[in-house]
Amino acid sequence: MELLSFGDTGWGDELFFATLMTIAVSIAAMAIGFLFALIFTPLKLSKNKSFNIIGNCYTTIIRGVPELLVIYLLFFGGTGAVMYVASIFGYDGYIEINAFITGALAIGIISGAYSTEVFRGAILSIDKGQFEASKVLGIKKNIQFYKIILPQMLRLSIPNISNVWQITLKDTSLISVTGLVEIMRQSYIAAGSTRDPLFFYSVAAVLYLMLTFLSMKLINKLEMKYSKGY
Amino acid sequence: MISIFPSLLNGAVITLQLLVVSMFFGLIIGLIFAILRINKNLIINKFAYGYSYFFRGTPLLVQLYLIYYGLANVEFLRNSFFWVIIKEPYWCAIIAFSLNTGAYTSEILRSAFQTIKKGYIEAAQSLGVTKKITFYRIQLPIAIKQSLPAYGNEIILMLKGTSLASVITIMDLMGEARKVNVLTFKPFEAFITAGIIYLFITFIIHNIIKYLEKKYGFQT
Repeated sequence: MELLSFGDTGWGDELFFATLMTIAVSIAAMAIGFLFALIFTPLKLSKNKSFNIIGNCYTTIIRGVPELLVIYLLFFGGTGAVMYVASIFGYDGYIEINAFITGALAIGIISGAYSTEVFRGAILSIDKGQFEASKVLGIKKNIQFYKIILPQMLRLSIPNISNVWQITLKDTSLISVTGLVEIMRQSYIAAGSTRDPLFFYSVAAVLYLMLTFLSMKLINKLEMKYSKGY
Repeated sequence: MISIFPSLLNGAVITLQLLVVSMFFGLIIGLIFAILRINKNLIINKFAYGYSYFFRGTPLLVQLYLIYYGLANVEFLRNSFFWVIIKEPYWCAIIAFSLNTGAYTSEILRSAFQTIKKGYIEAAQSLGVTKKITFYRIQLPIAIKQSLPAYGNEIILMLKGTSLASVITIMDLMGEARKVNVLTFKPFEAFITAGIIYLFITFIIHNIIKYLEKKYGFQT
């Protein structure tokens, strides 16, 4: 227990801030994922064949390739790409991208692929009559989307989005390989300096379990709230 | 690009090995825990639930580190017969992956068991079929057939999971790609080629499952 005390002698405060970092990366990644999903869901649902192909490529490739690969590609390749672009503009120094941004972006791209599938499924499960009814009422296409389809889509996708959130939360542990100090990295450091890996990785496991448990509770409450009328 | 291909293929063989072995053990573990989950005894039930909750609620990386770094630090394990197994990163990876996929498989099979129509079991009972035979001949085959699509997803998730083995020094496809990146400083070439191989394996698994579903799929 002494190992977990706050202050200079224990790892309590370090692990606490690491947990906050995990939460921050997960939320950032989830938000980036939603942005990607908002772009690719319409592409997947559109009647245009080439748009369809773009959307399908994104979800198929990202869901068929290990998460670690996406992270490495962005981490090692991203720096090179940014430096290349900078060299075109005449800057030849070394640029290091922030580990938080790379990590959140990599996990965001992954969670975006899952979110896209969830939103697509939710829209497809909305009754066709609603589209027709709003058309008959003369409601414009974008108003139809924002006022009729979007609210239903969000409600329908809460259970599956909670799964995506769990996946995203667990995937953030992979960013530790790039050096961002979140739960996994912090326990790695602590385990290395105290030579007690069993204890610190168990603590990490408990922290992740707590996060998944609490977020499940929260999402269940949300779900209850938004399906009141049904 | 062509020059790095043989080493990546060598890695792919290790990846497939890890996948097949851990899926095999995972299936056995999953089946055992699924049966424990539908048991009416509360303690057994809670134990099986706890197992699947732990392994589904924590990242695979934590489980891998716990087994690879954590278990190696326990004194009595070091002196026991198990040391032969847990000193090898390969077997540590197999243990972690099997336990992880076992947890997911048990959930898949459990939900399949629970969606079997009561009528089938009642029909068997009224025909005088014993409980044991009902389980082996009716419940189990239906559950396995019903869980095929979800299990296919689990295989693909596990294929992606095996890439974590590279973190504990195993030279699987991911490990080889990392080595190529370090040696040549060409991250795009290394990781994109590895990605294509991963996608290819995913594609094959997907099609095998699709074929099996068509052939053995269960319609209610």
